[in-house]
Amino acid sequence: MIDWSAVAQIVALTLLVAGTSTLIGAVLGVPAGAFVALKKFRGRNFVRTLAFTFYGFPPVLAGLLVYLVLSRSGPLGFLGWLFTPIGMIVAQSLLVVPIVMGVTISAVMAVEKRLHDTALTLGADERQWRATAIHEARIGVLTAVMVGFGRAVSEVGAVLIVGGNIAGQTRVLTTVIVLETSAAHYLEATIFGVILFILAFAIFAVLQRLQREGAV
Amino acid sequence: MTISLALRGVQKRYAGKEVLRGVDAEIPAGEIFGVVGPSGVGKTTVLRLLDLLETPDAGEIHYRGRAVRRGSLESLEQRRRMAMIMQNPTTFRATVFENVAYGLWLRGVSEEDIRGRAFAALDFVGLLERAQEPAAQLSGGEQQRVAFARAAVLRPEVLFLDEFTSNLDPANVRLLEEATKRYRKETGATVVIVTHNLFQAKRLADRVGLLLDGRFIEVAPTHTFFENPSRPETRAFLSGEMAY
Repeated sequence: MIDWSAVAQIVALTLLVAGTSTLIGAVLGVPAGAFVALKKFRGRNFVRTLAFTFYGFPPVLAGLLVYLVLSRSGPLGFLGWLFTPIGMIVAQSLLVVPIVMGVTISAVMAVEKRLHDTALTLGADERQWRATAIHEARIGVLTAVMVGFGRAVSEVGAVLIVGGNIAGQTRVLTTVIVLETSAAHYLEATIFGVILFILAFAIFAVLQRLQREGAV
Repeated sequence: MTISLALRGVQKRYAGKEVLRGVDAEIPAGEIFGVVGPSGVGKTTVLRLLDLLETPDAGEIHYRGRAVRRGSLESLEQRRRMAMIMQNPTTFRATVFENVAYGLWLRGVSEEDIRGRAFAALDFVGLLERAQEPAAQLSGGEQQRVAFARAAVLRPEVLFLDEFTSNLDPANVRLLEEATKRYRKETGATVVIVTHNLFQAKRLADRVGLLLDGRFIEVAPTHTFFENPSRPETRAFLSGEMAY
């Protein structure tokens, strides 16, 4: 028998953790990506390669790193964030920021290649050009945020390690699916899976609508 | 005669390859100057240097008798007196009107002035009815007309045209050539046009220069250039005998 109030709480925590991680990913990743795309500096290619490499960063490894940092003997253990939603958000942000940054780099660089000289010859100074480039890349930037959210909402390894899958406290949709599957509760696991799918579908539908509206 | 633009001993290399080997030229104010030459000879590079999009490795670019360097304090002010229309029409992800208004927004022109000037510029190229459409939905020829209006609305003293009608249908070619002549007539602007189309150079330019081996081999009034060139290279180029 499914406890629907517990389901509602899991869904709410899933949205809170994935949503906040995506927000952090957007706040840090979009400006960082735009900076790398538009500013020529020493080591720029290295930073780009690093961001792209982190696309495939294993969530369990991110979870382990955050676990070690937040554990009682770790450097940030005094914060008491281990096995809390905050710790889960930190772990997921570690995964989302490079993705948002990387996709933003690609989106803005594509605009740079196409429009840089046009903007300059029409009289843009560097600051105006940067604003133009980010505005022109808005569809790509929104894609970056969508990909980041996709990574966050579907991720299980990091939140499992850092959150501990504690009922009523750190249990999210992906970790409850793992739990139910390991307990051979396949029906429950499938129901949670369907809920996760519908949730992701609804959010992506909204984001896609925003993308279409921005695509003049 | 006021000299609008001058290149003095301009050299430019790309990846170790010497493209321009000391280009010298003077372009009087109000002239339409045509640059012709084989592919890859550096014609676009000359325009990009004149428009301060690039810096010469050696030599100087003069505007109204003063040397100007890209990145200098006065270079932005200088760039804002010029505009370039490139070979491939590049429009912003915005409406036709917003595309034409872009340069005016950059200059802080009031919204009321922007509306008046942008609509007049669109009328100039016959696109007034399309003002509120997304620019990306226009044909290539129409997008190039948007690019022309977007440059002309700024009333630049110098207009650079880089193969601006290649790949366009004859109707759009004619329309843009007429717009160029009208713009020069109305504003007295200097126009530098790079073209592969010798007929276009003949139709538009007051003087034509042949760029070859990294420098101008011959610069002459259009009629002389085509009917009685002084250099054997020019004759070979015009007759299509030059292999490159």
